[in-house]
This record gives sequence, structure tokens and C-alpha cells, in this order.
Amino acid sequence: MTIASSYLSRRALLAAATILTSMPAYAAEQITFVSQGGAYQKAQTVAILDPSAKKLGITINQDSIPDAWPAVKSQVASGKPTWDVVDVPTGYCLRGGEQGLFEKLDFSKLPNGAAMPEAYRSAYSVAYEFYSSVLAYSQKKFPSGAPASWADFWDVKKFPGRRALRNHPIATLEAALMADGVAPDKLYPLDVDRAFKKLEEIKPNITVWWTSGAQSAQLLNDGEVDMVMAWNGRVSALINEGAKVSFTFNQGILQSTSLCILKDAPNLSTAVKFLNEAVDPVHQANLPLHIDYGPANPKAFDTGVIKPERAAQLPSAPDNAAKQALMSYAWWSSPAGEAAEKRWVSFMQK
Amino acid sequence: MTGSAPDISLRHQRREQLTMLALALPALLVILLLIVLPVGWLAWQSIWHNGFTFENYRRIFSEDIYWRSFALTFEISLAVTLLALLLGYPIAYAASIAPRGWNIVILALVVLPFWTSVLVRAYAWLALLQRTGVINQLLRQLGLIDEPLALVHNTFGTVVATLHILLPFMVLPLYATMQKIPRDLLQAGASLGAGPVLTFWRVFLPLSLPGVLAGCTLVFVLALGFYITPELLGGGRTVMVSMLVSRNVELYDQWGAASAVGVVLLAAVAAIFFAVSRFIPLDRVLGQK
Repeated sequence: MTIASSYLSRRALLAAATILTSMPAYAAEQITFVSQGGAYQKAQTVAILDPSAKKLGITINQDSIPDAWPAVKSQVASGKPTWDVVDVPTGYCLRGGEQGLFEKLDFSKLPNGAAMPEAYRSAYSVAYEFYSSVLAYSQKKFPSGAPASWADFWDVKKFPGRRALRNHPIATLEAALMADGVAPDKLYPLDVDRAFKKLEEIKPNITVWWTSGAQSAQLLNDGEVDMVMAWNGRVSALINEGAKVSFTFNQGILQSTSLCILKDAPNLSTAVKFLNEAVDPVHQANLPLHIDYGPANPKAFDTGVIKPERAAQLPSAPDNAAKQALMSYAWWSSPAGEAAEKRWVSFMQK
Repeated sequence: MTGSAPDISLRHQRREQLTMLALALPALLVILLLIVLPVGWLAWQSIWHNGFTFENYRRIFSEDIYWRSFALTFEISLAVTLLALLLGYPIAYAASIAPRGWNIVILALVVLPFWTSVLVRAYAWLALLQRTGVINQLLRQLGLIDEPLALVHNTFGTVVATLHILLPFMVLPLYATMQKIPRDLLQAGASLGAGPVLTFWRVFLPLSLPGVLAGCTLVFVLALGFYITPELLGGGRTVMVSMLVSRNVELYDQWGAASAVGVVLLAAVAAIFFAVSRFIPLDRVLGQK
């Protein structure tokens, strides 16, 4: 009896304690942040989300979804969105911004964002992290004299072997134009006809047009193809596992995901504070310590957190960025870009 | 007394019909709520976007990507159906004549892959069919080929994997029909002097046709909607209708652009069934009366 009652009271105490300790969290400001899940979201949690929450004294609720676009559309259409900040491909932020799905940003409230290069932000978004579409190849097939540019990728005589490209026009058209001699900084507006003509040239030599990042890595790892355009993180993962593969940042296409805030987000002002904190140079510098993506804020490389040998592996490190083409999401979400995207299927079918 | 007997049976019949309807009502409601309404809503979206519009249909009939994908989808589905029949008929036949116990083993082997996800099976086929896959390795070691064969990342790989997934849908209806064929008829044929081959051709095969038709219909219709398999094994070139549906959601940002593709596919299938039913009494065959 006494044991039971003391047990009960201990439980009651515990319950009370739980309620008390969780109260401040409920009282404090909070936001809901959405990214793509998996190892990528875990890395962000450690590097960016937890430190930001601590520094701002807010609670960051997380959600994840592979493709946020349809959910963002229906949430905003309902007039009562539940999410505040999303991490999505930058193109979504621009397209969504034009369609009234995202809040226009006031950069006077975002000093960290305002200090970033203009090409890394838009009226609706701030770049969050960088990845790159690079030329990767099998070291077994090319022990020396590996392909080092898209012109090499297109040169089937000098570099015989099987090839794979992404089943998507984004970054693929850019690679075709660079193979045809266009300089990485002179790509936009893309000459779409010229790009498709160049792609027709390589088409008979493309064994697979891949659709998922996992597939691109598997193709290279299994020896199904000898060279492939793939995302740098996927290739690094193979290299870390000991696969005999490599890649070059030369003429890579530098791409980003960005943060944007849903229109009429439930915690708008906290969301703005978080957005600024998320691109803080130190938090940003922590990200590549946990995953093979590059920080979006170039100042991260001045913090001393990222060692030079690590920087050399990151797509957005200044030395690497200089060799690459920076993707123009503004062009891809323009009518010309949308038309190019529609043309893709017809190219694949022929 | 004798005059009122038909009345009683008629009333009885009516009551039975009402009971049947009441029993079927929950199922009918579920179908209405989960199938008819959503499909109807999607069809409505395809013609209504801030007012009536036929833009989604105009696009389908004016751009040749749709025509090409529809043609490819029907070709692949037809190939899968014929191959499934060719492979499935002997299996079902073997199961129907096998001694008790063995028929269960045969059917279990057919149904077993059912419990494996379509995605896993697609990857399994990749491991078997790719350049460095099991089949190419074996053929090379046997000295039959010098260069690996292109077995996957094309239409061939798509057909093989789709066939594997859909084979049970052919075998099960065939088996159900074959099992009901009275063995006396075969013996009667034999007693009239027909050999095994003739008995099969003149007696067994015609009686199994309802199963053939049911199996072919199921396989064909299911194959039309395949998505993951061609996506993973088609190498990007095998653009089936389902892939255009998902592409249109991405490109046009409205359900209507995608659902119009589905509506056209549905209409095409309905037209085919109508045409087929002119020659074969489908209701009788599928009802197996």
C-alpha cells in the first residue's frame, strides 16, 4: 500500500515535472521547418537547426517530404498553411514566388542573406546549400587520361565507353552547350536548339538516361556505364565506400536548394529570424562536416571551421566554384526555360 | 392453389433481390466513395480550370509525344499479354491436371512473388539483366557471347519485368476455369477415338477460353498503367502513358493536365472493350456462366 502510493506520487511528480519543463517550449516562439529527410536532414539538424534554435531561443519543429511542391501548393491554397520554412530546389522558390505561394523577403531583416552574392538569392529565397552536376567516371576504365570536360564526354573516339546522362533537361542542356564550346559563364539565356542538336549527337552513345540519384551511382558502381553526369555527393559517397571512381568539378553545374517562407505562414516573423540564422556563416560552415554538400554562404569558408582539404571537396568552395557554371534558376523558370522542359520528352522518344 | 404458386415464387424472388441489394450496398458505397467520386472529380478537373476548357485535350491531340506514348504503351501491354498467355497457359494446365498437393505447390510458386514489392522485383531484375548481371556473366563464362547483351534499360527489360509481375493474373483465372472443365468430357472425346492432341484442341481449349479472355483482360489493363517498372528498367527511352501523367503534374501544375491523359487512356480502353465485346460476349465470359 505504501509502496503503491509512493509509486503513484512519484509518477504524479514526474508528470508534473514533464508538464513544467515542456511549458517554456510551448510558450516560446516556434516554426515548422521542412526539408527532404534522410541523411541530409539529419546533417542539417546537427549543423544548423539545433544551433539556430538554441541561439534564437525558439523551437524548430521538423517535417520532411521528398517533393514539397504539391503540399506547398495545397497548404497555401487552403489559406491556413501549417509549415513556415521549406528547403526546396531553388527553381521552386522562384516559380512559387511568382505564383504567390511564398512571401517576398525583406532583406533589411536578413543581414546574413543580404551579405551573400546576389546570384545566390532572389526576391523570395536565399540559397541554403550547394551541390553540383559533375562529370564522374570509372578509374578502372580510365586509369590515366580521364575525361575532364563535357567536350571529352562527347568525344566517343578519344574516350570510348558507355555513358549515362540524367533524364531531365536541367543541367543536361548546360553540359551540351559547354561540350559545344560555350563558356561556363556565357550559358544564359540557353541556346536551346543548339543544346538539343548537340544532345542528338551523343544520344546513340547514351546507354541509360537516369531518373534518380541512387540510380546514377549504381550505374557507375556496377560498371554499367563508364562515365556519367551525376551529383557530386553521390559520387563522393561511392569514393568513400572504396569504389574505383572519380569526378571533376571542371565545368560542373553548380546547383542549390534555397529556403523560402510560405505565404501567410503561421509564424512569419519567427520564420524570418530563422531564415537569417540558417545562413549564418558558422552554422553554414558546420554543414559540410556532416554531409558532402557545400555551404551556400561563401563567408563560411572564412570561418576556419572548414579545413582546406575538406574545402577542396566541396562544390561551393571558391576555387571549385570558379571552374563551374552557376545554374540560372531564373532562366529555367522563365517561359523559355519552361518550353525547353516541355521539349524534353519528345527528344527522349525519338 | 396451383395458380398462386408462381406469385409466391415471384414475391420470393423479389425479396431475395432486395436482400442481395442490401447486402451489396456497403460495397457499392465504398466503390462510389473511393473510386467513382475521385475519378469523376479528376475527370471534371480536366475540363474545368477557372471555366470550361478543352486545352488539356487539345494538347493531347495536337502534340505527338502523347500519340507516341499511347502507341508504345499499347504495344508493350499487348506483348506482355501474349507472352503471359504463352507462359501462363501451360502452368495453369499443369496445375489443373497435377495430383492433389502438387497443384498447390505449383500455384504457390506462381503466387509467391506477389508478396514481394514491385520495387524490389524491379531491382532484382536489374541485378539479373544488367551488363555485369548474372545472366550476362553466365553467358560469357559459357563462351556464348563476347560482349554483354543489352537486356535492360530498354523495352526488353521493361517487358520481362512487367511480365513477371503480371503472370499470376493470367495463371489464376486460367486455373479457375480449367479446374471446372468436367474430365468426363475429355474421356468422352477419347472414347470416340480422339487422341490426346485432338481432345485438347477440340474439347479442352475451347472450354478454357473464358479463362483465357479473363486472364488477358486483367493482364492487359494492368500493364497499361505500369509506372515504376518502365521508369527503373526502361533506360529513360521507354516513356509509357503513366510517365506522361506524372510529367504533366510537374510541368503544368494542375491536376487537369494530368487527368486528361488518364481520361483518354480510360476512353481508349473502353473503346477496345466495346469493340471486343461485339465479337465475344464478355459478360458471359467474365461471369463464367
